[in-house]
Order: sequence, then structure tokens, then C-alpha cells
Amino acid sequence: MSGVYIVGAGIHPFGRTPERSGLQQGVVAVRQALGRAGLDWRDIQFAYGGSDAAGKADTMVFELGLTGLPFINVANGCATGGSAMFGAYSTIKSGEFDLGIAVGFDKHPRGAFDPKPAEWGLPDWYGETGLMLTTQFFAMKIQRYMAMYGITNGTLAAVAEKAFANGVLADHAWRREPVDAETILGSTMVSDPLTKFMFCSPGEGAVALILASETKAKQLGLPAARLRAAAVRSRPPGSFEVFSPALDIDRGPSPTNIASHAAYDMAGVGPEDIDVAQLQDTESGAEIMHMAENGFCADGEQEAWIAEGRTRIGGTLPVNTDGGCLACGEPIGASGLRQVYENYVQLTGQAGARQVPGDPRIGYSHVYGAPGVSAVAIVERA
Amino acid sequence: MPGLAPSIDDRLLHLDADGTPGLLAVRERGTGRLVFPPPSDADPQLYERVLLPRDGRLWSWTVQRFRPKSPPYAGLETFEPYAVGYVALGDAIIVEGRLTGAPLDGFAIDMKMRLVAEPFALASGEWRTTFAFAPAENQA
Repeated sequence: MSGVYIVGAGIHPFGRTPERSGLQQGVVAVRQALGRAGLDWRDIQFAYGGSDAAGKADTMVFELGLTGLPFINVANGCATGGSAMFGAYSTIKSGEFDLGIAVGFDKHPRGAFDPKPAEWGLPDWYGETGLMLTTQFFAMKIQRYMAMYGITNGTLAAVAEKAFANGVLADHAWRREPVDAETILGSTMVSDPLTKFMFCSPGEGAVALILASETKAKQLGLPAARLRAAAVRSRPPGSFEVFSPALDIDRGPSPTNIASHAAYDMAGVGPEDIDVAQLQDTESGAEIMHMAENGFCADGEQEAWIAEGRTRIGGTLPVNTDGGCLACGEPIGASGLRQVYENYVQLTGQAGARQVPGDPRIGYSHVYGAPGVSAVAIVERA
Repeated sequence: MPGLAPSIDDRLLHLDADGTPGLLAVRERGTGRLVFPPPSDADPQLYERVLLPRDGRLWSWTVQRFRPKSPPYAGLETFEPYAVGYVALGDAIIVEGRLTGAPLDGFAIDMKMRLVAEPFALASGEWRTTFAFAPAENQA
């Protein structure tokens, strides 16, 4: 079994790019990753790629070159990017190939997602009567969490304020203007207690990562980060997920809990070893709850952590250093890979104005989505 | 507003002659686990039909402040925000539904709630009966 290294990364700016399809944004990300690494598409032995709503990834060979490589399309909802990376990681770890690419892209229309009940195995009345909205789920999860653990509205606002401040410093972010906490709290209420500025929006973007075996990485001599763990987990009994008409009375752990444990086990590190973290922040409350679900603090400690600025760039555990989903938006197929891109850039010292000080060594990324799936990756500076 | 419009789904609600609603569910015979809504193809060998308890406590809540997209939303074009929540029905199951019977800022976690039949206006102007939870009269 080989060690797996990220030796290159490319990103198409997140946000809205009317002149390019999602697939074309994917091609831009791949070309940028290859260009930065000084590699040619013909060097790439295999690819995993996908989008949720912007077409089949493997058709990008028409633009990139008909080299005959195996190109595996991944369609795994919110974990599409994470699953593409998991596929590429496993392929290199097995020794089958030693240089490959994981690419994720997407392009969603404006506004909230509009799922169809039948596609989720649910009766029509659930959608007809206005219960089938992801925003309601996120609001109700944080509402209960706030009541149980004493998290305040001010802390929800502080998380969003940090996201926009970090987004100002990230070239690929969508929202690049700071927004103060007062404005965030006073913006339109979407689903109590969450206001407009506390939610991310579906958007567009693409990310490509080049993965190599240890031998290949050494040969290439590029700035690299070792992928020490990549874990994808679906939901266990008793977890609280989107689009649930009912929940078991016996409550259980979340898919994030179990993906996180699996990743720490694979990497042989614990939360105390992590220097920078990218955590799913579909809305402000998600980042707060995911700090605990990923083991970084106990439930309720977030209130003090955030008041002390511990999750800011320069804090003891910087979280979402490029502004996360709140500042970058959420193109489903690209979002999880953006987090790994950001950790790669941070660990290789290429993050510019948003660089985490003190030579961060270990980065943690966590993506979560419907209908209850989490992907965690842990990377270490090579 | 009609007295008792047709149910929005025959497999969802049991309505007594006086309009008292009950939510239809199934209980897995092997494990005792309740499943709501009941799967349309639930095998009677494996599942028995049950009515869920009508009373419980509010587990969480929010307010839907914008009109959901249609489809799937089938309500009127003119939109009024509504509250939704999860109610823990005794020690049986936690069910999601619309909340009614109080102002939008009148809900709080742990409040005692009771199942009620709720009229629902379709965009076509027709009415259906769905369910909701309202604060119980006795909050003690």
C-alpha cells in the first residue's frame, strides 16, 4: 500500500460565471492544477469526477484530450467531491495507479433547492404542505442545540462575520465584502433563528486535485501534502437528518461523528493535533455544531471559543479560512474538494493574505449533506 | 373555511366522525420500532398498523418565512409565514409538522402540544385536511 499525496490543486472561482457551464469550470480547474504542477493531461493515469446538477464529468475529455484514461463519474449528492477524492485516494493507495485527478464542479440556479418528494422516497403531502426544505432542518437542528447548550444569536452572527472577513482574503471566494455582526443579525429572517446572512447559497464553482503515490510525489518534487485519511460515512440509526417526517425517540450519533472517528483512527491523530480545519458551514449554526461533532470541543464550549476568537485565522484552531460555504457558496459537487484545496494551500504556505501563521502541519476537512452523509479528510504537510 | 375537507393523503390521517385526527403509522413487529409515515408497501406480516399518540412536547421549531418553491409546495400563491416543528409524542416517536394555535413567536421547546386537524388551501382554491400541532390548553 502506498502513501497518497496531493501534489497539485486548481480552482475555478466560486460564485456566478454566466459565460461558462459547470463542466467548463471543471476544465478550467483541471488545467490550472496541471499548469501549477507543471504536468500535462497526458501524464494523468486516471480520474474521478462529478457534479450534482451540471453534467457528466467524463465528458471533459473532449476538451482535455482523448488519452484513453479511465474516468469514473461520481454522483453521490452532497458528498460527490468527497467521494471522488475517496476514489482517487483508494486507487493510489491500492497501487493500481500512481498519478490521478479528482475533480468536482457544479452550477445551481438561484434560490433554495427544490427537491421532489418521490426522489427521496417520501409521500407527496410532505412537499405539498411545505415541510420539505433544507433550511427548516438546519434551523430546527441549531434551535434545539442552542436551547440545550446555551449558544446565543450573537455567536451565530460572529461565525458569519468571520466567514465574510476570511472571504475578503480569498481570491476564489464569492462574497468578498465584510459584513458586520449587527447587519447579519438584522438581515431578513429566513428560518428562525437563522437570517439571510447566516445561510450559504447554492452557487457555482469547480476544484481539481492531483493525487500521487509516495514514489511519484518524490520524483515530482512538488509542494505536497500527505493525505493521511479519507473517510466517507452514511447515517447511523437515530441521527437527525434533512427531510425527516419523523425521528426515532432514541437519539443516536451523526454521520459526522462516525466519519470523524474513522478518519482520526486512519490518520493516527486526534483533534488536538489539528492546526487548521474546514468544517461544513451550510449555515452559521452548522459550523458551531460541527466543531463539537468533529471532536474539537465539548457541546456548549463554542460560545467561549468564538468569543475568544479561537477559530479566526491566528486563533488556536482557525476554521474555514477561505470563508467556507458562507463566503464561497455551495456548488454541491465542488464544495468538499474546495475544503481540501484550502488545506493544501494552507499547509504548503501558499495562502497569501489568509495564511495561517506558525507553519500549520495538519489540516482537517469535513463535508456534510443530504440525506445524511459526511466525508472527512486529514492532510499533513509533506 | 370548510368543516372537514378531504384528507391530503388517505394513508396519513384517521379522522373520527367529530373530526378528531390521528396519525397513521406502522410498528415493526420484530423490533417495536414505529415508522411514520407508513410505507405504502408495508408487509402486514412484518408491520402492524397503529395510531400515534396525540400529545407530546415541542422538540424543536422554526418559522418558514418565504414561500417554498412549487413544485413540490402546493399552497396558495399569496404566502403567509407558518411555524413548523418536531413534537416528541410521549416516548413513542418525534414527528414533524406545521404548528398552529399561537403567534409565530409563541412557541418554545418543551411546550405541551396536541395533534389537530388543519385545513390547507391548495393553489387551485380547493381545500384539503392535513395535520398540525397546537399548544395544549393545559400547559402545567
